[in-house]
Amino acid sequence: MTAYTATVTVRLKRGVLDPEAETTQRQLERLGFDLADLRSADQFEIDVDASDADAAAERADEMAERLLANPTIHDYEIDVTERDA
Amino acid sequence: MTVSVIQFGGSNCDRDAVQALEEIGVGAELVWHEDGLPEDTSGVVFPGGFSYGDYLRAGAMAARSPIVEAVREAADDGTPMLGVCNGAQIGSESGLTPGAFTTNRSARFQCEHVHLRVENADTPWTAAYDEGEVIELPIAHGEGRFEVADERLAELEDADRILFRYCDEDGEVTEDANPNGSKHNVAGVLGERDSVAVLMPHPERAAFSDIGPTDGQGVLQGFSE
Repeated sequence: MTAYTATVTVRLKRGVLDPEAETTQRQLERLGFDLADLRSADQFEIDVDASDADAAAERADEMAERLLANPTIHDYEIDVTERDA
Repeated sequence: MTVSVIQFGGSNCDRDAVQALEEIGVGAELVWHEDGLPEDTSGVVFPGGFSYGDYLRAGAMAARSPIVEAVREAADDGTPMLGVCNGAQIGSESGLTPGAFTTNRSARFQCEHVHLRVENADTPWTAAYDEGEVIELPIAHGEGRFEVADERLAELEDADRILFRYCDEDGEVTEDANPNGSKHNVAGVLGERDSVAVLMPHPERAAFSDIGPTDGQGVLQGFSE
């Protein structure tokens, strides 16, 4: 078994309104920043022990499908790295 | 005949739902989610509130709790199920009903009265109304914006699964009358069966003549047959 960290990033699908991101952008602009757009995302770092990186990714994928993301409004991506156990 | 009103940690419209059902002569009891669904339950309410503190997404945690699987089985057998507000979010998060309820367009919690147009009066939840009738109910939510893919929404509309739309007092479905940015002003939808329904507005808060309008009684009468 190898120690991995699976990083799951959950984003709203393109085209789904994100009022919190819009509010955040507006506040940044009020602070004087110049920006074209802003998107927000949730990120989960999940430590798992697995036989290989694919197995770790597969487990994280199932977690995203079952709970971390809502497929009606979200897309997600998974990045797996080894970690120091 | 007893309707189970499921309590999660953070539910806060559970007692209101029991009282409102009793007001129209429907027996109801509180059921703590960890105690499981009573075998003889005649119906299920997922009440409003902030189950699990709205962690992750409103309704996400409660939707994955074991009692929801029992409710799913009961609903598949025809037991009526109604989700209100946080209960609607639990319904959509669990897949019992389509779409998702997410952050209001305003990004704010909104507590106000709204008008709703009855889109389909041929369901247990709307049989007390006429199609096109306008009713008034309160809303109180921060995540009530109905979201669903356009093609899925078209399917739902074709299958007459939209229960209520936000409208003005004359029944016109307009952007101005849409409190939270819901797609096509959808306020409530049916599940696969018409005995399963969710809505963001609160019928149980409009069920007592002593304290205001009683337009919500008709929705709750879905449990009276």
